[in-house]
Amino acid sequence: MKIEAAEPAVGRRGAGAWLATRLTNVAPLVTLLFLIAIFSAMAPSFSTVDNLWNVLRQVAITGIIATGLTFVILTAEIDLSVASVANATGIAVAFFTLQEAYVTIANVPLPGFLAIVLAILVCLALGAVTAVGVTLIGIPSFIMTLAMLQIAAGICALLVRGQIAYAVPPAVKWLGAGTIGPFPAIVVVAALFLLVGHLVLTYTRFGRYVYMVGGNREAAEYSGVNVKLVIAAVLVISAFCSGMAGMLGVAYFGSAQQNQFDDYLLDAIAAVVVGGTSLFGGRGGIPNTILGLFVLGVLNNGLDHIDIDSFLKILIRGLILLLALIINVYAQKLREARA
Amino acid sequence: MAWIHGLVGENGAGKSTLMKIIAGVHAEYEGEMRLDGRPVRFRSARDALAAGIGMVHQELSIVPSLSVAENVFLGVQPVGPGGIVAWRRMAREAREHLVSLGIDVDPRTETGRLPVGLQQLVELGRVLFSGARIIILDEPTSALSAPEVERLFGVLRRLKAQGTTFVFISHFLDDVLAITDRVTVFRNNRKVAQSATAVVDKRWLIEHMIGRGHEGLEEALTGEIALPPPRAGEPVLAASGLTLPGAFRAIDLELRPGEVLGLYGFMGSGQMELARALVGKLRPRAGELRVAGRRVVLRNTAAAKRAGIALVPDSRRAMLFAHEPVYKNISISILERISRLFLRPREERRIAQRHVDGLRIRPFSVEPELRKLSGGNQQKVALARWLTHLPRVLVLAEPTRGMDVGAKDDVVQIVAGLKDQGIGVVVASAEPETVLAMADRILVLRKGEITREFKGEPVSKDRLLAAA
Repeated sequence: MKIEAAEPAVGRRGAGAWLATRLTNVAPLVTLLFLIAIFSAMAPSFSTVDNLWNVLRQVAITGIIATGLTFVILTAEIDLSVASVANATGIAVAFFTLQEAYVTIANVPLPGFLAIVLAILVCLALGAVTAVGVTLIGIPSFIMTLAMLQIAAGICALLVRGQIAYAVPPAVKWLGAGTIGPFPAIVVVAALFLLVGHLVLTYTRFGRYVYMVGGNREAAEYSGVNVKLVIAAVLVISAFCSGMAGMLGVAYFGSAQQNQFDDYLLDAIAAVVVGGTSLFGGRGGIPNTILGLFVLGVLNNGLDHIDIDSFLKILIRGLILLLALIINVYAQKLREARA
Repeated sequence: MAWIHGLVGENGAGKSTLMKIIAGVHAEYEGEMRLDGRPVRFRSARDALAAGIGMVHQELSIVPSLSVAENVFLGVQPVGPGGIVAWRRMAREAREHLVSLGIDVDPRTETGRLPVGLQQLVELGRVLFSGARIIILDEPTSALSAPEVERLFGVLRRLKAQGTTFVFISHFLDDVLAITDRVTVFRNNRKVAQSATAVVDKRWLIEHMIGRGHEGLEEALTGEIALPPPRAGEPVLAASGLTLPGAFRAIDLELRPGEVLGLYGFMGSGQMELARALVGKLRPRAGELRVAGRRVVLRNTAAAKRAGIALVPDSRRAMLFAHEPVYKNISISILERISRLFLRPREERRIAQRHVDGLRIRPFSVEPELRKLSGGNQQKVALARWLTHLPRVLVLAEPTRGMDVGAKDDVVQIVAGLKDQGIGVVVASAEPETVLAMADRILVLRKGEITREFKGEPVSKDRLLAAA
């Protein structure tokens, strides 16, 4: 075989090539800067340090959920039960905490530490059930997690029976509503989740398997990767992240009640996808999710700072999300064309 | 006058790219193209088809879940009043059309259920039906059994007589010699030779393709091969009574260290399913498997890997992470060997670079995304995956399909090297040349059952075909 036909190494690091490979990250960044510019121009109250903390606080819970969801979507699966699992876990931790006398929920007060452990077990158990349904039984994750959404919502309903609980263990209260130094604790926790998620996805063997399973499930299988185990693991991770978000969310909101997390399902999916992670798996990651969170957070927060019909805002929000997705698709195409 | 023009060359010689330009798939090029003396420039495949140039790609583009009639009429379904599909008319016309090509299939059949050869003819039928008078066929025979090739050739000859011109791209030089009127050889993106087919032979083609004589391989392709005497010793892999209904029945086989066992049969004879069952991708309903004397039950491919059995699958789609760099494609199977919790990318690159150099994978870099490599090089990457920490048994499904002569020779050398290291190799293929070039012992399958074993005796393509 001849060797004179060697092509120039493709791995060279030109600025253009670098940009091309990063286009999926650049597109949501452009969207984000565009939104910041617009809102700053329209509302002086938007671009302030205080408001930055508001944005961060507002996306923290979504961020914790989206961390787990990023793992799931990278394997080309989906988890529709995240908000429900968060709700059930948040209610569970309140259920195991001594409530004030006027709360008429038949609860089981336990020491705070135990309540937290039990609540974590609840979300892990729900995640495990999902994992078994998807991997061993073979139910598509879209359907299985839809069932889990209902199951977890049912658990919530049974535990609170239409009531509202308020008390959570002190540790949860601190992490959800307190501060660490000058920072809101929940923002720090969300940052930690995202950081650990990023490290796991980028630097560990498991993280590589997540990408490879999403990139080509069959090829991963033929390479000896235990694909079902990886998928089971990401579903449990997602449930765990949701559960933690649920617990801290109860503290953040100051109450535990049914359906209080419902908006977070679409927000979390939107954050992951707007950030540029592919629903077909294998491409994207936590940096994308972080960008998506900011796009979403800035959008939600910014719209509150400008003076327009509040009913119109919902429509505007939808249109801007659509625009962001369109930009992503074109960036993707541009990237393919460069290659 | 219409003719069939052969186009041969090694992988990456530029054949497919040129044809894609002609068929309008690639719109960016320099130079001029003339059709019937008039300059033309196609912006899309649709443009080219409107001008009468169609292409049947190597990867079939029929829709397997649709009926034969729907595929023939894909995109041009006849409709009745109110835009309702005229099913009966469509079925009738599709049937007439296919019968005129000499293909008699029920147009209502789900296309994916047909043998690959017929699927290919259905696609050919569609391209013809859309008015093409110049048709480019990219590797049309690579997935076909000998009788299917004959049928395809019959159709091509008839269409040629009726005035359709073909470009026939193939690595199967026998096929090129059998069907084409003229032949062009490409090497390194250039036309290096052209001749009337009648006055050239396979040696001439091979010499021009790779630029030098090629004794050993040619012998393997054409002549008789003496299989070595069977090895003695404990088998590293032993199967007895393996059965998977609809795929294979009562398979007994033994494989000794340093032996290459060929599993040969026409497409769909069960050898590919058997290969998958040996790595736990399919689970046999009955029978048992022993690795080095110990009984194993393979629940999944990960279990097979632990037991020391690995497979390089036959379809590129099943082996490649197209959007990942070469080194990640190579290291995926050894990550648990070279890393614990955290990855060691530098080590991954080092190992991958060793294989890229050793297997002469082009380009000589571990960084490009795999999809940028040519097909043959992609297949080498898939093979490289298992060469760092060798399994006890390596199963190769169609290891040289779609490869050029040089790359095939490389694979033969790799397999010989594995043998020397005491690895048991199983080569499952529907190409007699592949099995003959590599195997020490050959099992022939027909309709899921072993019909003949060749060992320690002379064997040739004819005898293999006769047994299948």
